[in-house]
Amino acid sequence: MPIPVKSLKAQQHQFANPAFQLEVLQHAGTEEGDFPLFGAKLQQHQLYPLQPTGTTILQVNVGKMCNQTCRHCHVDAGPDRKEIMTRDTMQLCLDALAKSPQLTTVDLTGGAPEMNPDFRWFVEQLSAMGRQVIVRCNLTIILANPKYHDLPEFFKAHRVQVVSSLPYFSASRTDAQRGDGVFEKSIKALQMLKQVGYGQEGSGLELNLVYNPSGAFLPASQKSLEAEFKRRLKSGYDIVFNNLFCITNLPISRYLDYLVESGNYSSYMGKLVTAFNPVAAANVMCRNTISVGWDGGLYDCDFNQMLELKVQPGTPQHIRDFDLTQLDQRQIVLNQHCYGCTAGAGSSCGGSTT
Amino acid sequence: MENTYYNPADLKKFGNISELQPEMGRKFFDYYGEVFKEGALTEREKALIALAVSHAVQCPYCIDAYTSDCLEKGADENQMMEAVHVAAAIKGGAALVHGVQMMNKIKDLTM
Repeated sequence: MPIPVKSLKAQQHQFANPAFQLEVLQHAGTEEGDFPLFGAKLQQHQLYPLQPTGTTILQVNVGKMCNQTCRHCHVDAGPDRKEIMTRDTMQLCLDALAKSPQLTTVDLTGGAPEMNPDFRWFVEQLSAMGRQVIVRCNLTIILANPKYHDLPEFFKAHRVQVVSSLPYFSASRTDAQRGDGVFEKSIKALQMLKQVGYGQEGSGLELNLVYNPSGAFLPASQKSLEAEFKRRLKSGYDIVFNNLFCITNLPISRYLDYLVESGNYSSYMGKLVTAFNPVAAANVMCRNTISVGWDGGLYDCDFNQMLELKVQPGTPQHIRDFDLTQLDQRQIVLNQHCYGCTAGAGSSCGGSTT
Repeated sequence: MENTYYNPADLKKFGNISELQPEMGRKFFDYYGEVFKEGALTEREKALIALAVSHAVQCPYCIDAYTSDCLEKGADENQMMEAVHVAAAIKGGAALVHGVQMMNKIKDLTM
């Protein structure tokens, strides 16, 4: 199946509409009936209402612009997306962090976060505040334009933890998900990161890779796949990294479109529901993370953000009103896509949760 | 009456075989689960063996199940097709090696 070059939004595709996605999600099922509601499933395991256990991570989506249009992207990011966080909104994030010392980690995502014109300024401010900065770097951005070639040095200077998608250690599976030539460029970018010390023992520069399945199936065990990735990337390309995070694809946006178009939607949802794991459910990332959108809106996670499901009404809805004590009392907003985080070994932005 | 011998939906009902013989069914599925756990072989290696055997026994349910399982265990397409070739080589070899029996018989029957 070819990768479209335009976002769903630019195509005016029905799956660009969050309300339509929710409608499809709520009516998923088999001949035997609809799948149980996620909230009801949690109730069976005494996990409802789902509440934070103490928020320590602020995940900031600095914009939907990206140099890639990956087949599975839950953000529907791409070169045609213009939604970008302004420096004023970034300043509001810094103000929120200044009054919330519990938020020790700031996780920057996008799109390609590096394409935001104020990205470096923001990282410098966060680093000066002593927060651990994570950047979700798609790797190819480092090679996309000479102005990005020094990103490895910049990341090193601010002790940024780099988290990068590499769906497989072969070109065919990687390119099928992320676009032609992405594997080769990703390997070059990983070698550039290695040159400054990333992933090397004793450097303190952490490089974590993300595996997510290139198709309608669940991820392998993180431990076994990490060993295989390490062996294959070392022998094939002399690349080293710290951890492999295995992430399950959530049925929203472009991945939902792929599932429906390929006829895999019901069976994939069935797999997620069947693989529901209460231990993974207890450890979901929305219990320790708050997500900020490009316009400053507050969400329980980046997936809810893309479905425009803001944090519970009555709690602060925008970063300008940030109040962690109040937000830590909230009930997390749930829907059927949440089954993606609770299947099997569990899934989060940091990989498996069990 | 079913219109075909094989229905993909039946794969999910595999567990139902225990209904008519619960004790043997339970023992079989316990054993099955134990076999596929990581041991001296990894789960991925076992899934690839199962995929090869599925082709050798030409079981459509097994091919469906172990194609998904191999992908979920992190095997790639090259490994999976090589496993199928292993099955094909053994199946082909099994036919051909009987050619020796045929040749022996030819010797017995001809001058």
